[in-house]
Amino acid sequence: MKKIKSPAELKKLRDDLISGRKPSSNADPAPGSVRIRVHMGTSGIASGAAEIFNFFITELEKRNIHGYVIKTGDMGYCFAEPTVEITLPGKEPVVFGNVDKFKADEIIEKYIKNGELVDGVIPANYQTISI
Amino acid sequence: MEEYQMQILVCGATNCRNNHSSDIVDNLKLELEAFALDKKVKVVKTSCFGLCGHGPVVKILPDGTVYTGVTVEDISDIINEHILKGRKVEKLLYRDPVTGKTLTDENQLSVLKKQLRIVLRNCGIIDPENIEDAISRGAYLALGKVLTEMQPDEVIKIIKDSGLRGRGGGGFPTGVKWEIARKNASDEKYVVCNADEGDPGAFMDRSVLEGDPHAVLEAMAICGYCIGASKGLVYIRAEYPLAVKRLKIAIEQAREYGLLGKDIMGTGFDFDIEIRYGAGAFVCGEETALIHSMEGLRGEPTVKPPYPAQSGFRGKPTNVNNVETFACVAPIILKGAEWFSSIGTAKSKGTKVFALAGKINNVGLIEVPMGTTLREVIFEIGGGIRGGKKFKAVQTGGPSGGCLTEKHLDIPIDFDNLTAAGSMMGSGGMIVMDEDDCMVAVAKFYLDFTVEESCGKCAPCRIGNKRLHELLEHICKGHGTRADLDRLRNMSVVIKDTALCGLGQTSPNPVLSTLDNFFDEYLAHVEDKKCPAGKCRDLMQYVIIKENCVGCTACARVCPVNAISGERKEPHYINPAICIKCGACMEKCKFDAIVIR
Repeated sequence: MKKIKSPAELKKLRDDLISGRKPSSNADPAPGSVRIRVHMGTSGIASGAAEIFNFFITELEKRNIHGYVIKTGDMGYCFAEPTVEITLPGKEPVVFGNVDKFKADEIIEKYIKNGELVDGVIPANYQTISI
Repeated sequence: MEEYQMQILVCGATNCRNNHSSDIVDNLKLELEAFALDKKVKVVKTSCFGLCGHGPVVKILPDGTVYTGVTVEDISDIINEHILKGRKVEKLLYRDPVTGKTLTDENQLSVLKKQLRIVLRNCGIIDPENIEDAISRGAYLALGKVLTEMQPDEVIKIIKDSGLRGRGGGGFPTGVKWEIARKNASDEKYVVCNADEGDPGAFMDRSVLEGDPHAVLEAMAICGYCIGASKGLVYIRAEYPLAVKRLKIAIEQAREYGLLGKDIMGTGFDFDIEIRYGAGAFVCGEETALIHSMEGLRGEPTVKPPYPAQSGFRGKPTNVNNVETFACVAPIILKGAEWFSSIGTAKSKGTKVFALAGKINNVGLIEVPMGTTLREVIFEIGGGIRGGKKFKAVQTGGPSGGCLTEKHLDIPIDFDNLTAAGSMMGSGGMIVMDEDDCMVAVAKFYLDFTVEESCGKCAPCRIGNKRLHELLEHICKGHGTRADLDRLRNMSVVIKDTALCGLGQTSPNPVLSTLDNFFDEYLAHVEDKKCPAGKCRDLMQYVIIKENCVGCTACARVCPVNAISGERKEPHYINPAICIKCGACMEKCKFDAIVIR
């Protein structure tokens, strides 16, 4: 990566990332794909999030689903770790808690493939500021 | 496969469960079957919506309508009107008490949600090991703005006007701290981030560093620009390996992108950050001890003044701020001092992150505006006490703080209110206790910690805390007297007044606050030689209730010291002189015949 030479360049990079001119794992998923965030801070990893992260990567490939899996920090839902957030194109992100391999499988088969929610949804109980 | 056309989300969290949400789920499923809709409409159980004051909450997808205060009787209305005819059930919509307007979907209802994420804005959203993720969420924009459009004094004025106070515990105004460091002229100055989070049960800073390290790096560079420093140091405990790893990656990536290092963003400003490791000593959270530890000396505090802003790291002016304080800086610069100071109470602005731990349902991290009450935090966001037990106390501020009780639940949380109530904000750990916790034992637990963590430099802390601990041990063993309680209080006050640093000055707080709020429990220990919560082993006795005992001999067979005697099919008896109180008999008894007295 070339160094950023001015605040204007930084803004441009940000705009490119948001608009999709530059590929970004944080961008909204394109039609036909899915974005999966696995929350992997210490408490997530301690509850087995790393295994779930790998499970999603291998299973998406096996089941021919286009999408990307990202590891992030924790959301603070320590009571329900591991947690994952699934974003389908054009939809609000949905967070699922207490995800083990069975739950992950159910999420892929039901929610990712058909948009059908499964038990264990954690509704967003907060507002976030945007910058 | 059948496609579901609609989905009904029902809050299944404990709070709403108490309001019969599981009945709602069952009845919804039954009614849907009756209408042959069960293949078209799916019922999904969720965890807390954060609208617990208005529960149980039911949300209908795809239109996103949210119904509040739903009862089993309302189910037929929801199905007849909403599901079949597509009309919203007006009476179940939330009505704003002021305007009288109905709020229909979750976006509109978000104003009712108690949590606001400023510090945690990117946690769980960005990949902390990918700087472009952070940039797409606006990281380093504030740094760019500060370096090109603002003078250091302007930035400091914004921070002062915003009312931001140090989140590490002391609550000192951040802008004033920066100003003092700026005014002390020197050839070199340092910006230090205090990530030595040591309170038992606190993990706010760790989560920020693991989830959004760039927020801290950016703010350190802004601080460096303001006070005239070109070097930043993060003091972090080596027992946070993941946070250290992500921080290292973040620093490297920021350098690679020209956002740290020489000539940042082409503005000519140089600032670089290094990591210093701590070995996890609690006292090193105190800024002078922290600086000594970074210099390679023993982690012992020194008397202030001189303050680090005058003479800190290597004798140069040094500004020390906590992780969470730094994480507030960029949004303040971008959104303005007025925006930040509009959140919170008169003297405490913005939000505070709390780590909820102990006997609470939703253990985890929350961020709420200052002024939120303890009741809202514990019973709404935290989901109440685990196992439906009774709330007894909440310890805020870690070993330096105090225990707050039922009567404090409605005070708005801020720096001054918590101090007035005999506790403190501290770094944000909140440990919730229920009726099974003995408050004398809790005070002893915290003293255990401070005795262990005292650096030993000053006598009040080294010797005084040890004596306090011995007294508490004495009382828990049943050897205490009324005079011991006075001794506890007197000694606590002396330690508070004479100890060298913050650790010693606050270490008797758990004792004082439990003495104030739970004096009865202390009295029971010293006068009746009883522990009301049944926690202090030496004060309890296992007793067999004759009426319940069927004489099955199971307890006698499991007792490792043969303290239980009795004929088969006759009530048994436990000899207290032999009993070692291991509890094995109580576990074995199927007839609830053994109790603790």
